[in-house]
Amino acid sequence: MSSDSVKKTIGVALGVCAVASIFVSTAAVELKPIQVANKKADMVRNILDVGGFDSESPDFSKVYEEHIKPEIINLKTGEVIPEEKYTKELNPDDFDIKSLADSKTYGEAIPPNEDIAGIKRMPKYMVVYKVIKDGKLSEYILPIYGKGLWSTMYGLLALDKDLHTVKGLTFYDQGETPGLGGEVENPKWRALWVGKQAYDSTGRPILQVIKGKVSANDPRAKYTIDGLSGATLTTRGVNNLVHFWLGKNGYLPYLENLRGKKHE
Amino acid sequence: MSKKLSYKEILFDPVFKNNPIALQILGICSALAVTSKMETAVVMALAVTLVTAFSNFFVSLIRKHVPSSIRILVEMTIIASLVIIADQLIRAFAFEISKQLSVYVGLIITNCIVMGRAEAYALKNPPVESFLDGIGNGLGYSFILLTVGFFRELFGSGTLFGISILPTVSSGGWYTTNGLLLMPPSAFFLIGLLIWVIRTLKPEQRESD
Repeated sequence: MSSDSVKKTIGVALGVCAVASIFVSTAAVELKPIQVANKKADMVRNILDVGGFDSESPDFSKVYEEHIKPEIINLKTGEVIPEEKYTKELNPDDFDIKSLADSKTYGEAIPPNEDIAGIKRMPKYMVVYKVIKDGKLSEYILPIYGKGLWSTMYGLLALDKDLHTVKGLTFYDQGETPGLGGEVENPKWRALWVGKQAYDSTGRPILQVIKGKVSANDPRAKYTIDGLSGATLTTRGVNNLVHFWLGKNGYLPYLENLRGKKHE
Repeated sequence: MSKKLSYKEILFDPVFKNNPIALQILGICSALAVTSKMETAVVMALAVTLVTAFSNFFVSLIRKHVPSSIRILVEMTIIASLVIIADQLIRAFAFEISKQLSVYVGLIITNCIVMGRAEAYALKNPPVESFLDGIGNGLGYSFILLTVGFFRELFGSGTLFGISILPTVSSGGWYTTNGLLLMPPSAFFLIGLLIWVIRTLKPEQRESD
């Protein structure tokens, strides 16, 4: 059969690959801008959502421009990075936690005994979103992430300007079991976080997700949150990652700087 | 299949008479993974149907020129390219769903239905029939996926397409959700029950032992 000659075999193989690669690369290149825009819009919606704005409104990007002021901080020192020092990787618009954590310059490994969130590497810098309502600073939105049962869960935690009270929590990227651990996205459960105390009077993180339900007359009710039933390991993950990010490896230096400023 | 089938038979036979999942037991893994919600099941079913149809079509177009020594490689190249394109399209136009489907769209490449139809049908038949065969097998796959997804979402989360049907206890209703249905093994039981139903209605599908 002529189809089986060496020449024909090589010819068909090359031809098929050439045609296939044209199709694949066209699709990838043409659709890239839409995909990037989707990702950005999704992030903006999540920020608005946890900040208590209407994220479904058609001109949500305008709401974002008006009310959200992002800034980049150095996690170790808690200092805010001035705008003129922004680089291609390090700027609020293209802030990508995953690639910064993996980068040699911008990321670092976490000592295993301190890595309670199970993330191994973290960025040295983080973007923080300040929420401005009626011309006044009202909340800080802090990106947080850590291991759940199956996946790394990426979320946002909103803290009131008093730096103690939780104003909201959301997870925008997680791969936990739908219906069990996936319920971290359930609005009813997320609402339980609002009004809880993140730190005690000495500034130690005390926010805790417990197993089972928090009873209203429990003295710890102010800083404990019901665990998700059927999702012990996901719940433990949320608890650990919140602790990690509220602690000294996370946002504590930044928040202490802010607290210090208030006392002056 | 010696006698020539009509277009209609090519298209609808795989739904009940020769269902890829229920009779040929192909493509089970994704049927377990993406059926905990209707929405993801629908998108997955659509993607698999289109990929099977077009891979059949293209394989059939060049079937007379493909040397038999590299035919599987050629089929894989075509299938993989189509899957990547499908994945890119879903990411661009159904972002929310793409987050839930995550790796499973990419895994269509390894779905035995796609490869199986290219090998068993498209290599021997003309493009139009092959295309219809792909759609038909896709429909058969979709039928199982949607049925399983329907029961899993309704009784596992009390919702259909995310809309609350049975108000659950956790949102103030009366329905206690069945957690087992949200875990992959429950799809095994449901597919097993479906095969039982289909074989009771169509005794000719029973295997002689």
